Amino acid sequence: MKLELRGISKAFGSFYANKGIDLVVEDRQIHCLLGENGAGKSTLMNVLYGLYQPTEGEILVDDKPVEFSGPGDAMAAGIGMVHQHFMLIPVFTVAENVALGAEATKGAGVLDLEVTRRRIREISDRYGFHVDPDALVEDLPVGVQQRVEIIKALVREAKVLILDEPTAVLTPQETDELLEIMRQLKANGTSIVFISHKLREVKAVSDVITVIRRGEVVGSVEPSTDTTELANLMVGRAVQLSLQKAAAVPGEATFQVRDLSVIDESGTTTLDSVSFDIHQGEILAVAGVQGNGQTELTEAILGTQMVTGGSVKLQGKELTGRSVKSVLRSGVGFVPEDRSVHGLIPEFSIEENMILDLYDRPPFAKGLSMKLGEVKRNAAKQIQDFDVRTDNPLNPASSLSGGNQQKVVMARELSRPLKLFIASQPTRGVDVGSIEFLHRRIVAERDAGTPVMIVSTELDEVMELADRIAVLYKGKINGIVPAGTPREVLGLMMAGVSAEEAMEQHHTEGEDQ
Amino acid sequence: MTAQTLPTSVLPTRPAVPLKTPVFLTVIAVIVLVCFGLLGSSAAANFRLSTAGDAFVLPTLVFPGKASNLVIGVLLVLAAGYSWYRRKQGLVTQRWIVIVFAALFVLSFLIWVVSGANVTTISLAALLAGAVVLAVPLVFGSLSGVLCERSGVVNIAIEGQLLAGAFTAAIVASMTGNPFVGLVAAGLAGALVSLVLAVFSIKYLVNQIIVGVVLNVLVSGITGFLFTTVMQRDPDLFNSPGRLPIIEIPGLSSIPVIGPILFKQSVVGYLMYLAVFLVWFGLYKTRWGLRVRAVGEHPKAADTLGIKVNVMRFWNVTLGGIVAGIGGSFFTLVAIDSFTKEISGGRGFIALAAVIFGRWNPIGAFMAALLFGFADNLQVTLTIIGTPVPSQFMAMMPYLVTIFAVAGLVGRSRGPAAVGEPYTKE
Amino acid sequence: MSENKRVAAPKAQNDLFRKITQGPGLVSVLGVIVALVIGGLLIAVTDRRVIETAGYFFARPGDFLSAVWKAGTQSYVALFNGSIYNSAQGFSPFLETLTVSTPLICAGLGVALAFRAGLFNIGAQGQIIIGATMAGYVGFAWNLPIVLHLLLVIVFGLIGGALWGGLVGLLKARTGAHEVILTIMFNYVALYLLDFLMNTEMFRRPGSTNPISPVLGSSAVFPSLPGSRLHLGFVMAIALTIFVAWLLKRSTLGFELRAVGHNPAAAQTAGVNVARATILAMAIAGALAGAAGVAQVAGTEKVLTAGIAGSLGFDAITVALLGRSTPWGTFFAGLLFGAFRAGAVNMQISTGTPIDIVLVVQSLIVLFIAAPPLVKAIFGLNKKKRKTRSATTMAGA
Repeated sequence: MKLELRGISKAFGSFYANKGIDLVVEDRQIHCLLGENGAGKSTLMNVLYGLYQPTEGEILVDDKPVEFSGPGDAMAAGIGMVHQHFMLIPVFTVAENVALGAEATKGAGVLDLEVTRRRIREISDRYGFHVDPDALVEDLPVGVQQRVEIIKALVREAKVLILDEPTAVLTPQETDELLEIMRQLKANGTSIVFISHKLREVKAVSDVITVIRRGEVVGSVEPSTDTTELANLMVGRAVQLSLQKAAAVPGEATFQVRDLSVIDESGTTTLDSVSFDIHQGEILAVAGVQGNGQTELTEAILGTQMVTGGSVKLQGKELTGRSVKSVLRSGVGFVPEDRSVHGLIPEFSIEENMILDLYDRPPFAKGLSMKLGEVKRNAAKQIQDFDVRTDNPLNPASSLSGGNQQKVVMARELSRPLKLFIASQPTRGVDVGSIEFLHRRIVAERDAGTPVMIVSTELDEVMELADRIAVLYKGKINGIVPAGTPREVLGLMMAGVSAEEAMEQHHTEGEDQ
Repeated sequence: MTAQTLPTSVLPTRPAVPLKTPVFLTVIAVIVLVCFGLLGSSAAANFRLSTAGDAFVLPTLVFPGKASNLVIGVLLVLAAGYSWYRRKQGLVTQRWIVIVFAALFVLSFLIWVVSGANVTTISLAALLAGAVVLAVPLVFGSLSGVLCERSGVVNIAIEGQLLAGAFTAAIVASMTGNPFVGLVAAGLAGALVSLVLAVFSIKYLVNQIIVGVVLNVLVSGITGFLFTTVMQRDPDLFNSPGRLPIIEIPGLSSIPVIGPILFKQSVVGYLMYLAVFLVWFGLYKTRWGLRVRAVGEHPKAADTLGIKVNVMRFWNVTLGGIVAGIGGSFFTLVAIDSFTKEISGGRGFIALAAVIFGRWNPIGAFMAALLFGFADNLQVTLTIIGTPVPSQFMAMMPYLVTIFAVAGLVGRSRGPAAVGEPYTKE
Repeated sequence: MSENKRVAAPKAQNDLFRKITQGPGLVSVLGVIVALVIGGLLIAVTDRRVIETAGYFFARPGDFLSAVWKAGTQSYVALFNGSIYNSAQGFSPFLETLTVSTPLICAGLGVALAFRAGLFNIGAQGQIIIGATMAGYVGFAWNLPIVLHLLLVIVFGLIGGALWGGLVGLLKARTGAHEVILTIMFNYVALYLLDFLMNTEMFRRPGSTNPISPVLGSSAVFPSLPGSRLHLGFVMAIALTIFVAWLLKRSTLGFELRAVGHNPAAAQTAGVNVARATILAMAIAGALAGAAGVAQVAGTEKVLTAGIAGSLGFDAITVALLGRSTPWGTFFAGLLFGAFRAGAVNMQISTGTPIDIVLVVQSLIVLFIAAPPLVKAIFGLNKKKRKTRSATTMAGA
């Protein structure tokens, strides 16, 4: 099936998420949509899937214009989609999830799940998915849930499958398996739109690559295109691949984590005996695929996550078992991974967000009473220091762009003397200009002698900032390696291969070539 | 020695089982043993199972007060001990044990109050039959709650739907002279209240709880106003609906205990059994039900599969209104034959409690409503036989039980994931 | 311990406050007008004269229309006469309005404060009952010197409400149970508890079989303005409004409560103890409702009865909603609904319109102000929006 988008624009108010996009997906083709976070890829796919109505432009299936008033129409036209955040109902079984919306019935609307189970087993066998139709979705690992999503599309006879950032939650091994599945699907006659911002995967599997930047198509290229050129196209200017930072001058190891463990409510060990030190004046970057215990690690240190064992010591003082307030008081600066959920109160003014964890401390408060003048003065200073773009500090934080919101969080956390600085995903969803600014601030904090811990799933960011790199895999530290470790080695470690083996494999491969 | 060689990271493989259940069971068991047993009256409690006109006569159950409760108390203490043992093993106490425990507690309580009363004989058959009758509006109300909340809309307005149904049934039946027309009209009135809930919460995205709370006040105001201005001016024309007949199924209705419960009901009573079955079957066995539950759990996922979330919710809320409205007709067409202000008397909130206590399941809600109806009827019976237990404490029972249920003291009660959240696309 | 639990952001609650506070004043005013018009129509269609004239509508439509107009306006004039001013009594009806407003304002503040902390306090009714019960008991059972007695009455009333509200906060914080369900259930528990107490020797007036308490001692009641029922409790309501305004805007606790109300997850990450904030919010809200109980038992009624709270708890919800959960908004909304209540008594006496009409108008007002688009549609104010929409459809086609 051939799919064509002609001049598609999608506006939210005065902001154009997509502008005049042309795209042709040929029959049996893996067409990659490459672009940074926030470039407008997901919006475009939601338009294609009928979830959004385009402001302008048209969609053609096999050269005939079509209009989708909802996902039902898109599915009927043979389009299937695997969303970045899975659209599965956790308390339903696999069969119920697959059946939903296209249920087989025994007549009179009575469900016949047996038909669905049979279809699932059929597809599962054909592609080697190993999916049990009667398993509850909430009990399944992420990789399997993704296969359930693919089954959902295939059961509906999708001829074009949209995969929205499918590898974000997968290990490199699972990613390779997925790429193999994609090739198989293509061989069986399915076209695929593959959305990603990861160059390696894109180059490995695509037939054509279309690059999107700020909502517009900036070029269509062959997969053989050089990586640097692709990166330049995606980002829009020559990428400075390394931050100019001085070598670290590590001091005493004032932050020590020993045997830290977390068991979640369902009894799964999410953090398993994690131990490491961070020295003063050093950045330790924690790398790993999303969901390998990063969130639990930072939250356990902060105290929002209950710890089941181990210790966390800052300058000899035990942090576990303390309240969050007490941890922050002992000199910890904390930038959470999701700013709009944990870092900011979107409805609060920028002023108020600037003192979100300082509101009851001098000079902002005396006893129960707050000093609103000080709050105002502080905000004015931080806005200037961090170049937060706003015309009024009384505007709600939600009025700021992602990058400026992150600056507010970062400014707040760096505005007091720190003994430890922790930042999770410090530049997620931040525009390129701000990334560099924020990175410089982090390095400046290190140079001031603070131990710094960066948690990031972006390998580029890890490699750019780290003085040492710890890799988390399934809740365990799978080795701590020096900065400058080759990214292939890091990739293998993120997939669970030990540091030594990964090094060895890397060397043998290097010799083979 | 061995303890020292163990690494510090040896941890239990699962988090500790909460203390709640064992502690709660122990407290109850001790109360039964001490208050109902040791301190209880030694007179016998007699429960009559047969009523006049039964096909055959069952013997009267006789429980010696103190002795029976001491035995039950010991059993309950053992069960509580078992619950502690389970916890030590890292296991949760089985649900059926908790249910049997609760049933034994109720029995023990009955023996205690009856043996300590002035009259130590009650008719268990009449008590149960009365409980079912009192439960009728609760069941309809709770089914309305289940229908709405399963699709993701909080229904605080059950009280208003019942009241609107009661009022409309009365006035329409009076004016047409036909209680069956009143019954149909009651359903429509409930739907009308629901429609307001649906429009405001789905179309205008007003917080569902606000709309529900305000609707109760609105319906109370309108019915109260019309009662004074219309009904009271000419009660013969506007407020004498006549009753729906009680239909006895010959033969079956004279089986002791279950005969009156199952085979001697008004049309509304029979409709109740039918409605419970239909809602249960619909929700769990049909395409419609799968979609409803999906919409209530994860509306966005349902939307991506082409299910019209808000349309689905709209019709479910409306359907819920019809069901509750029919339930409301019970007050004016079955219980008594006229309308008075606030005739629903807060039963909509008990129905809401039944939804939660029944874990958003039609059968569960039905059982919970029966339990609350039982408590309600027991209160009346106990006042008649003259027990020391103040009737107000019996009246509090449904509310206390619900507080325990939502606080997780008796099992865990968690609603549909998306309940209360309006669904918008952009 | 529970502070260490991760808090999922309750989405519905987050935009609860925003929904309540959004929308311009114009829509509020229009909402009140529409509600009054609908109320007037309801009065008209049930009016005898209107029904009679409708019988010969086609013969003399003028009669019908004037009857409709008369029925509606007469009732509202009576309402005004009973609540603000009439030629016979001057402005003394307004004093009655202030009296009736006092508990509405206090309890409304309780609901509003909880809203701001993201909590839906349906439990003002129960909190008023427990507050009034404790205050009333101290008032009629104890013999204490003047001033001290009244102070203790107030303190016990506040404590009673705070306990009843705080208990809900505690259960929510510890077990995650939803406060709407808890407060509804606690209302009924309080109702039956008071009903039980009123039938005990301890609370019942000696020699009486009715559930009514002895009259509160003269040292235990608010001094009142001679010639009216207005008492010093109204000053307490003003003081509480100022207190809540300070608490929300200028105190660290208020900052915590608002933070938890908007985004509990972020508040927790910023070191706020969410459990403590929830308990405190409900306790303070309860105390404010308890103050309403004090105003009833030690001001307006001077005895404790089973029906001491009337429907105040539910009225308080509408007051807080109309006041958009701001302290002064709640204050003025309380005055407005107080005027309705006070005037409705006169209306019922002089025109026979039942007091229930107040409930209708009150709930309609809240519904309309909660849905600004509906009000705008009624007045054709959203033409602009319609235009843009048609522009999009045209562009899309």
